Amino acid sequence: MNDRALLRSRAEELAAPLPALLAQAEQLAASVLPGAHGRRRAGLGDEFWQYRQATASDGGARIDWRRSGRADVHFVRETEWQAAQAVTLWVDTSQAMAFSGHKTRGTKGARARVLGLALSVLLLKGGERVGLMPGLPPRAGRAQLDPLALALSEPEGAGAGDYGAPPLAVLPAHSQAVFLSDFFGPADALREAVGRAADRGVHGALVQVLDPAEEDFPYQGRSIFESMAGALRHETLRASDLQARYRERLAERKDMLATLARTTGWQVLHHHTDQPPANALMWLWQVLDAGRGR
Amino acid sequence: MFTLGPLGFATPALLVALVALPVLWWLLRAVPPAPVIRRFPGVALLIGLKDETTETDKTPWWLLVLRALAVAALIFGFSGPVLNPQPARDGSGPLMILLDASWASARDWPRRMARVDELLAEAARADRPVAVVSLTDLPAGEVPFRNADFWVERRAGMEPAPYEPDAQSVADWTTRLPAEVQTYWLSDGLDHTYRADLTDALSGRGPVTVFETTRPVLALAPPELRDGVIHLPVHRLPGLPAQDVEITAHGRDPAGVERVLAQGTLSMDTGEATGVLDLTLQPELRNRITRFQIASERSAGAVALTDDALQRRKVALLTGREGREGLDLLSPFFYLRQALEPVAELIESPSVDDLLLTAPDVLVLVDIAQLGELESAQILDFVNDGGLLLRFAGPRLAASDIARSEEDPLLPVRLRIGGRTVGGAMSWGEPRRLREFGEESPFAGLRIPSDVTISAQVLAQPDPALADRTIASLADGTPLVTRKFSGDGQVVLMHTTANADWSSLPLSGLFVEMLERLAVSTRPAALGAGALAASQWQPERALDGFGQVIDVSDRPALPGDRLAEGRFGPDLPPGVYRSAIGSVALNIGAPDMTLSPANWPATVTVEGDALAEERDLKALFLALGLGALMLDILAALWVSGRLRSATAAMGLVAIMLTGTPAEADTEADDRLAQIATSEMVLGHVLSGDSRVDDMARAGLLGLSRVLYARTSVEPGPPIGVDLERDELTFFPFLYWPITEDSPIPSDAAYSKLNRYLRGGGMIMFDTRDAELAGLTRTTPEARRLQAIARPLDIPPLEPIPEDHVLTRTFYLIQEFPGRHTGRDVWVEAAPPDAERADGMPFRNLNDGVTPVIVGGHDWAAAWAVDDGGRPLVRLGMGVSGDQQREIAYRFGVNLITHVLTGNYKSDQVHVPALLERLGQ
Repeated sequence: MNDRALLRSRAEELAAPLPALLAQAEQLAASVLPGAHGRRRAGLGDEFWQYRQATASDGGARIDWRRSGRADVHFVRETEWQAAQAVTLWVDTSQAMAFSGHKTRGTKGARARVLGLALSVLLLKGGERVGLMPGLPPRAGRAQLDPLALALSEPEGAGAGDYGAPPLAVLPAHSQAVFLSDFFGPADALREAVGRAADRGVHGALVQVLDPAEEDFPYQGRSIFESMAGALRHETLRASDLQARYRERLAERKDMLATLARTTGWQVLHHHTDQPPANALMWLWQVLDAGRGR
Repeated sequence: MFTLGPLGFATPALLVALVALPVLWWLLRAVPPAPVIRRFPGVALLIGLKDETTETDKTPWWLLVLRALAVAALIFGFSGPVLNPQPARDGSGPLMILLDASWASARDWPRRMARVDELLAEAARADRPVAVVSLTDLPAGEVPFRNADFWVERRAGMEPAPYEPDAQSVADWTTRLPAEVQTYWLSDGLDHTYRADLTDALSGRGPVTVFETTRPVLALAPPELRDGVIHLPVHRLPGLPAQDVEITAHGRDPAGVERVLAQGTLSMDTGEATGVLDLTLQPELRNRITRFQIASERSAGAVALTDDALQRRKVALLTGREGREGLDLLSPFFYLRQALEPVAELIESPSVDDLLLTAPDVLVLVDIAQLGELESAQILDFVNDGGLLLRFAGPRLAASDIARSEEDPLLPVRLRIGGRTVGGAMSWGEPRRLREFGEESPFAGLRIPSDVTISAQVLAQPDPALADRTIASLADGTPLVTRKFSGDGQVVLMHTTANADWSSLPLSGLFVEMLERLAVSTRPAALGAGALAASQWQPERALDGFGQVIDVSDRPALPGDRLAEGRFGPDLPPGVYRSAIGSVALNIGAPDMTLSPANWPATVTVEGDALAEERDLKALFLALGLGALMLDILAALWVSGRLRSATAAMGLVAIMLTGTPAEADTEADDRLAQIATSEMVLGHVLSGDSRVDDMARAGLLGLSRVLYARTSVEPGPPIGVDLERDELTFFPFLYWPITEDSPIPSDAAYSKLNRYLRGGGMIMFDTRDAELAGLTRTTPEARRLQAIARPLDIPPLEPIPEDHVLTRTFYLIQEFPGRHTGRDVWVEAAPPDAERADGMPFRNLNDGVTPVIVGGHDWAAAWAVDDGGRPLVRLGMGVSGDQQREIAYRFGVNLITHVLTGNYKSDQVHVPALLERLGQ
């Protein structure tokens, strides 16, 4: 096989999941019908806001003659201000996200990417600017969807490490951010990333995507647990004994997330891969909507 | 051989390996079960957690025990364990294996043969000459000593005889015994007359060992019929524990099939040697019985063959013309009743009609001269069909004009006017005696008592045929009994009365015997020796030693002397023998027989059942070891957490234990019957294709819901019917989807289906193909349907005519769509003479619910709904599809209404209303 053919086959391999992911995301996004997300004040926008009496400062071109014809005074048609917001996504691509507890369920990473891309589709449709950390600054328009989809279709476990942490990128001030991960990585890195974002007035949501197996710990017998990259190892002689304590630790981790969210004003969602993604998407949409309303 | 209690070991050296078990124990403890490696991101949360228990690090103790047991079982297995090893028999020189081989040995013949095999094998090892001698089949000349191989070949041909050894022959044979011999005697456990002498003779020539089993000897005596009850005496050895003996009566049923006709259980108390089972049976049933048998026994002694003694014939007495009352001793019926009642079924009635309705064997007319024309014809038919008409003379017959000038069909001879009286007060001469019966006469051989005299009789008109027809006559040659054959039957006239008016014959035993010979009555008991000796006896059926009935009609007849002698032998096996005067059964058992146990002197060693059979335990131990290893697999999986669920484990264990999952067929059938009969249920025939079956089920479910909602038919959930297994009669309607490879039902299923169709069931065949055949004209499904339906009892069919009752049983419809529309639906054709009456829109088709409906519209798909009641299959486009589904439902409603109400809706009462609606 010559180089060109190799390149092409690789490219095709890379591109193969793209339409599927995009289609999945679009389908998911279609289940959420975005209404107008105006700022509830007059400004630049498409939607009608109110008629007001024309003042001297209004140019003649601004007068709505159809409305004015029915009255003695002149009216100006004002539209609602629909300022576009910037939303930055971070989708964990670490090895840990490549886990699936059962062959009938997809990986956590796949779910996280679908959610991220579906949210992007929705936001872009709504005219917002969407970016992806790292390296894809927020931009508006359908054209942004392709680089987003491309970035999200990288093969699973593309990230080097076992566990991921959000990069300490500088987010646009007063924008919004969504972090999708299992948050099994180092807590300090996460705290710092969220803290810095909050310092710049960024609001957002943490979506913890977990497999039900990670929630229940249904293992028994003598086992050696390995992290996905194999860096961490834990051997037990009776896995069933660990169940209670594992759950305790998981609860602690969730508590940590909740505390972090409380102090920074972010929101937390725990999402399992056996739940329908539409619920999570709806929740995200509402959270971002509320954040935009402020 | 190294022995350990009752266990012996073929290769005890291997047992040394048991020492290795502790080593194994240590080894297994040292090696923990291998861990499972799992990829698990949550491991980040696990870091630092310590195990609370460390026990599973080592193999759990019970697993160790299991493994140790498995290995121990294997070591035991390979060391060749033998339970109850036989001690080597010492001795040298010739060995004689003596078998009683009588009927009493048959009960455990295989056990005896196994013992003989063991002995022969031993003798072969010791290279001793052996002779195997059956006392019932004694060798001529010297005792034949041969090497063991010679006897191993002949062993298979040895069988017990159905009789006891003959004492005389045994005594003769004793003199031919060699001087020095060791004897092993397989005794039948009974005391025989030769036993003591033979034991003495044998003991004098060498050691004698006797083998006896403890299985009880049972003998069944021939049945005795007294007062309509069959008495069956059962004999056994005295001093045995209580026992239930089941006795079965075998014979041919009306269809000619040999089967058990009756059975009874006799409880014998502890120590009781004889018990009697009483059976009361219908005469019809009783006459069919050919043998009684002790159910659990295989021996000639446990079978009692029956002969004429059990047959009771029906005798009809025409009693209407009895003029006088209260003079019993003068009534002719009194003597007949006395003679016949113990031995025959008596039916008395004044009406010939009633008597002949009971299908008697014999009709007795006592002093009746003239019969009505109709009665005469009836009786003549009865005689021609094989009946026996027995007439007695009397004053009325003598006074009548019957059979004077020409022969009456119901009298054997012409009669002279008046008759005659001899030896009376007004006549000359002595009362006449009877002449000896001739050879040809059925009464041949009967002894004539000297006090039987005849003082009056009716006289036969001399005639060329008279001599042939006379079967008994007086000393002076005048006929006393005449007989004429007519058709298959015969007419017999006693020229004297049935009471003591004209003769003393009815007062004598000869009267009863003569009636018996005329086959009027049955023999009350066994034939006397004299009667036996009188004729030749042809063997009919005989018993072999195991009590099996064999046909021996090809054997030569035996002289009566031999039977009278009563000594069974190869030429006279127990069985049924027949001669002109009837049949006689010779049985081993006798009512007065006593069984006594054999008595052995102290010099004789007696081995019994306690001498348990040698049993090789190798296979058992190996199987145990393998089973334990199997369990070990499961246990090891479980310990290491790889056995997913308990149910899977149970399933595995169940499969290992039973091989295949057992099916509870009968129970399932009962449940089906309960469900199907507790409410009205639609059924569909399982086609074997699960998709088709699911669709059929869903379709019938949808139809059932519609019926429930719209009509008073309230069906339960539909049931899939397996034609081979399930009962069909519970279902008024069967939906049968035909696929290309529907299985062809078995013959049994076809007979069930035909019974179902004739019994008013309806089957709807659906080829589901819309008959879209293409070039071949018929679809594969249609061809399959033809193949399936060929053996079915289906009437001629026609497409549903416009006025068929299906078009108006509930809804008025003219189309019968399913998922497909168009094409014809076929039902039973209307009778060709159905005509349309004036003013009626329908032909008069009052009768006949079509047993089948044949079509290809895939109705089930149109009716099908899921459990939530939503349609499963899309029909057509939009509203028209819904319309089509509605019409399909309406057809279904009409169909089920038609099935359930039959032709009720074909009635004309609704015609005016229907006319009015049609007119709109």
